[in-house]
This record gives sequence, C-alpha cells and structure tokens, in this order.
Amino acid sequence: MARSPEISQARVSMWQRVANAMALPVLSLLSALVLSAVFILGSDLKVLTAFSQFFSDPARALLTAGKALADAYGALFIGVFGDPAKIFKEVGEFFATGDTQGLAIAFYPFSENFVTATPYIFAGLAVAFGFRCGLFNIGAEGQIYVGAAAAAFVGYSVEGLPWIIHAPLTFLAGALAGAFWAGIAGFLKATRGAHEVINTMMLNYVAFNLIHYLLNGPMKRGGAAGTIPISRNIVESAYLPTFFPEPIRFHAGFIVALLVAVLVWWLLFKTTLGFEIRTVGANLHAARCAGINISRNFILAMAISGALAAMAGAGEVMGVNHNLAEGFSPGYGFDSIALAMLGGGHPLGVVLAALLFGTLRNGATKMQSLAAIPIDLVSIVQAFVIMFVAAPIIIRRLYRLKTEVGGQMILMRGWGG
Amino acid sequence: MYLTTATRWIQKIQEEKKCDISAQYGLQVDPDAYIKDLSVGAQQRVEILKILYRRADMLILDEPTAVLTPQEVEELFKVIRSLVARGVSIIFISHKLKEVMAIADRITVLRDGRVVGTTRPAETSPAALARMMVGREVILTVDKQPARPGEVVLDVNDLHVLDDRQQTRVSGISFQVRAGEILGIAGVQGNGQTELVEALTGLRPIARGRVTILGNDTTRATPRHVLQSGVAHIPEDRQRDGLVLTFPVADNLVLNTYYLPPFARGIRIDERTVFASATQRVQQFDIRTPSIHTLASSLSGGNQQKVIVAREFTRPIRLLIASQPTRGLDVGSIEYIHQRIVEMRDQGCAVLLVSPELDEILSLADRMAVMYHGKIMDILPASQATPEKLGLLMAGVREG
Repeated sequence: MARSPEISQARVSMWQRVANAMALPVLSLLSALVLSAVFILGSDLKVLTAFSQFFSDPARALLTAGKALADAYGALFIGVFGDPAKIFKEVGEFFATGDTQGLAIAFYPFSENFVTATPYIFAGLAVAFGFRCGLFNIGAEGQIYVGAAAAAFVGYSVEGLPWIIHAPLTFLAGALAGAFWAGIAGFLKATRGAHEVINTMMLNYVAFNLIHYLLNGPMKRGGAAGTIPISRNIVESAYLPTFFPEPIRFHAGFIVALLVAVLVWWLLFKTTLGFEIRTVGANLHAARCAGINISRNFILAMAISGALAAMAGAGEVMGVNHNLAEGFSPGYGFDSIALAMLGGGHPLGVVLAALLFGTLRNGATKMQSLAAIPIDLVSIVQAFVIMFVAAPIIIRRLYRLKTEVGGQMILMRGWGG
Repeated sequence: MYLTTATRWIQKIQEEKKCDISAQYGLQVDPDAYIKDLSVGAQQRVEILKILYRRADMLILDEPTAVLTPQEVEELFKVIRSLVARGVSIIFISHKLKEVMAIADRITVLRDGRVVGTTRPAETSPAALARMMVGREVILTVDKQPARPGEVVLDVNDLHVLDDRQQTRVSGISFQVRAGEILGIAGVQGNGQTELVEALTGLRPIARGRVTILGNDTTRATPRHVLQSGVAHIPEDRQRDGLVLTFPVADNLVLNTYYLPPFARGIRIDERTVFASATQRVQQFDIRTPSIHTLASSLSGGNQQKVIVAREFTRPIRLLIASQPTRGLDVGSIEYIHQRIVEMRDQGCAVLLVSPELDEILSLADRMAVMYHGKIMDILPASQATPEKLGLLMAGVREG
C-alpha cells in the first residue's frame, strides 16, 4: 500500500464537495421536470387529439405539444418569479412616481416563495434532525399543529406585554409544546423500545383530533356561541414583524428559520451533544460501546425535532394567519419528510430543498389559474424528485455520475433497526 | 389416504438416500435430529452433505475451521482427504498458515486481490507463506519476557449472564487478572465469551455475581463508567462496535473521549485539538490513511483496527479487554497488534484476551482459561498449556 507522505493533507476543496452534493438533487429536479412533461402532455386533450393525427400532420402535433409545455412551465415560472413585464413596468413607475403599491403587487409572487418556504425550512430541519439520530419522525404534521395551538393560546390570552417579550414567548411556547409532543414518542422508544414511526404517526391523529376539539370547544372564537371552528386572533404584540407594504406577506419568520438552520448546523457538527446524536444515528452499537447514553439521546433528539417542527406551526400563526384554524397546514409536515431526504439530512440542504418546495407550491397555484393545469402536477414533480433522490442509482446511471465512496449517509433504518 | 401413503413413501426414499449418502462419505449425521441441537462441527457436516447430495464435484470451503475445536478440525481434515480421494476438488480458503500447510496440495497466496504466487507445502514454510502474504519478512512468534504480575486489577466473582433471549450464557465464572499479565480466554466461538465481555464492559446486565475493577464495584456500572474507571475495550466486531464507518478517522479517534477536555470546551468540541491529536496518533500508530479526514470505511481492516488500538491505548488505562483483536487481519497487522498488546502488559496494564484462535492465546497469554458452555473448564499457566490439552478442554472434556 502506498503511503501518502503528507498525513494531514488538505481536505477536498469545499466547492468540490458542494458540487458533488448538489449534482444529485439538481439532476433529479431536471429529470423530474422532464418526466412531468409527459403528464402535462398526457392530460391535455388538445395535445392528444393532435397526436392522434401525428402521421398526417406531425408538425402540428409537435407544435401543440411544445405550446402546452411552454404554457405550463411558463405559468410555473410566472408563479415563481412574477411577471417580468409587470416588474419592469412597476420598477420604472416607482422611480418616476415613488409608488410602492404597484411595486409590491409586482413583486408579490416572488416574495410568496419565501413565505411558503418558511414552514418548510422548520419542518424539514425537524425531520433531518431526527434522521441524524437514526429516528424517523413522521409526526412533524401533528407537532406543527400542537405548536400552532400553544403559540395561538399564548398569542391571544396574554395581553399587555411589549412585543420584544410577547413574540419570543409565543414562539417558545409553540416550540416547547412540540418538544413535549415528540418527546413522548422519544421517551417510549428509549424506555420501551416502541418504534417511533408508529408512535409519531399515532400522535398525529391525537394532535389533529385535539385541535378539532379545542377549536370546537375551549379555543373557539366567540365561545359556545361562535359559529366557525377558528381561534381568536392573537394580540398584535405576538405578530412576527413584516417589512413590506400589503399584499406582501413576507415576515420575520423566514429570517428566524435561517438562523435556526445555522443553530441546528452548529449543534449537530460543533458540539458534544451533536457528536453524540450523530454517533447514535450512524452506528448505535459503536455509540453504546463508546459509553454514549442511547436513551437520553433518543429522547433529546426527538424533543428537539418536535420543537423544530412546532416552530413551523408557531411561525404560521404568528406571521401569516394570526389565528389557529383546522387545516391551516397543507401537509408541510408530510412534505418535509421528502424534503429532508432531498436535502441529504444537512441543514444547508434542507434550506435549499425548502426553497425549492416553497417555490414549486407557490408556482403551482399560478399554473393552475393560468394554464389550467391541476395543482397536483406539482405533487407529481415533487414525487419524482424524491423518487430520484431516494433511488440515486437511476440518476447516476442516467448521467454516468461517479459513485460516491462510502460517503452516503443512511437516512433511515429498516424496521426495528 | 392416498396422499399420506405417498408422503410416507417419499419420506422413506429420502431417508434411505440420506443415510446412504452419509455412510458413503463417512459423514455421520443423525437424519432425524434438529439442526439447532447439533454441534457446530455436525452442522458443518450437514452443510457438506447437502452439497454432496447434489453431486457436486467441487467444494469451496471459506474459513471452515473458524468455529471448530482442534479435534473437530482434525475430523474435518479427514473428511476432506477422503473426498479428495474420491475425486472431489476442494478449494480451501483460510488465513491459518498451519492448516493450509497441513491440508493443501497446492497453495495460492492472494494479496490485495492479486495472485502473488502458487506453491506446494513441501516447497514452502509458514514463514515463507507469511512473507508472500505481507510482502516482507514477518516474525511469527511473539517475543516477550516472562510476566511480572502485580496487584489484582479485574476481579470476577461467580458471574452469571443471560443473553437477549434470557438464556444463561455465562454461568458462575470466577477469575482474576493482575497488572502486568495477560489472561487468555480460549474456547470455541459461542460458548459465552461474547456475553462475558459485554457484561464486563457494562454493555449487558449482570444477572448474578460481582465484578470489581481496581477495588471499585462495577457490577451495575454503565459502559461509560467502566471506560472511565480505566478500561480499554477492543470489541470483537470492530465495524459494528468499534468504529463509526461513516465518520472520518479523526472523529473515530475521539469516539469515547470527545466529551473530555482538551477535546471538549464546555458544550463545544474543539476541532483544532481533535485534528492535532488525530494527526499525532496517526503517525504514532502508523495508521495508513490518506488523511485524518478520510472515512473509516475506506481504510483496510488492519488500519481500522489500528484506529481502535490508537484510541484505546492513548487513554489512561489499567485494564485492556481485547476480544478477538486480530480477527480477519493480515499477518502483518496481527504481528503489530500482538506487539502492542505485549507492550501494554509490560507497562503494567492488566490484559484480558478473548480469542477462539488457539495460536493467538498460546503465543500471547501468560495464563489460559478455557470457556465451554458458559463455564471456565480450567485455568492453566502458559508453562503447562499445550494445544492438545486446551483442545480437549475446548470440547468440554476434563482430564481424569
């Protein structure tokens, strides 16, 4: 065996590593978009009729197909970035007249990406954090609701506090509720060996029904006389601040989410607790032999994961809805499982994946209204992305990527693992 | 009715065939016994019969002697010779030089996936084979001075341990290990050695009895507590228990000291110290790795074991519990690990060496205990131990 003379030789350059890590998700996204095009074409009646006469008029068939795709992905683009023409016009107007209203409207679609990405970042971090400890937290959705409920309660019931105290308090209450909720599953796993997948799933149902009960009982707006299952609005001192004029909903939650992502990264990779959690996740047996307390780490990791998920709920209540309603989350918690996998279980990856998911969700709405393509198409795109990421061999074969040398992180273990 | 008759008829034919074939090859197996009730040697005979029944002309045996007593190995060799006499070709894969010398007609040595050479037992010697395997001269015998035992470090008293299925695997074991001596525990794999080591290191609860390390009762201690009381542990399955393969070498070197200064500062891990210490230890223990940031998974088995040795031997330790420390390693790495273990002994460390490799026990241990069915058959000083004596004890036979 050749001995390299320099033991502590430089690490592989950072950009190299980033490029390696990014190749798979990016190629997955591209492939997913291509594959989804088949669905767009297949669900378009005009395209199908044109193709039924493909041999008599191939040009028309191809043109129709091209137009359908351009319409669909064009609408997705506008939904994501806004209408470029409108943006140019409004920017010009702003410099001419100083009118911010038009500008806000023009930039509204773009800003929405970040609003949608915010809960995705929190929930994605939650699931990724669980992965790092070898735990599969599929209860993020329930934890989001529990966190939202706690935040809403502190948000509307506490009055007279200054913003600087009330807002953090509300956010923290949400996080703690989520930590408690997920901590139950962590505790059962650590002490009784109960599988966290089952328990977090079941706790989801408990959470949904708990919210249903609260919103039709103790937390119902207007008390028993109230008509709709929705909570009182939270006090303004518990709002997350916004920075731009209406209709832009961009709020401080996005910045908090980025800060929390940095915090999670620091916790995982720079502290003794993170070292323990990652060791338990990477090799349970070696962790035990090294004297690491497995039970403690299971409970802690689950609680932290739950707190992160709950922040998504608290953020939505404090930054967007300002109240608690049933069904306010369109499945952020479930999407975040896929998202955490796409992000490779790394905080930075999660942030990028969350931006992608937020963008897709946001663009989809526009695609539906402009090109009359069902919003489900975006779910299909997302599903394909996940499929390709989960089965990397497809992408590696397709694009002849070199196989990674043992660096792949195991995100999930089998049953009873 | 017809069905039962038919089934019985088929069964009868099969039975005749089985008995027939086992007699034909001289492999005695009771056809009605359950596999779980057979000894490992008999299980192996069934395995071989299964292949012969399908009229195989060639047998590939991959480390077939790993689970056998020396006597059972002799039995197996008899079977192999009779098969060869009948015209069956055998490929016998082994890392034990003596066995290869004893059984093979031709010997081919592989190194790093390449054929180094082919020779005949008559034309070669164990030392020459070792040289071919490693590519340099290897000292096969361990050079060591007589032990100078000091105070009692590990005191095990009437130890009982259960396995995961609540079966007793260690029943009433007592022994002591003194500073500056190596106590070897020989025995065929699966006679309770694994559970014994797990119990001593705090990984498995102790059902009954007492374990004392340097006067401190560690019967109920956690693994961390045991490690902190000056115990080094080389686990039998290094990839499962000893290393985190997806972690870099540097992290693996602090796997059980990451929380102590100077590696930890409060809740922070001081990466600079971790890296500096890793670089220093990689040199000190001659770990062949491209960098301290290389993942443990991409190291060779010998270098993976060196990472564990480097981690354990650089902590302040008084007792070394080494379980099959050279399992699956090349001759060169075995030599290195053996020398390091003797070095630790000479520095006054108590060593408990558990190994199913009789040669390893014979060449390293100052006293030898043999485990059989969860009990210690006998403890012999090195001067009285011979392979034959130990072999009989390993099979559960006590001399009258």
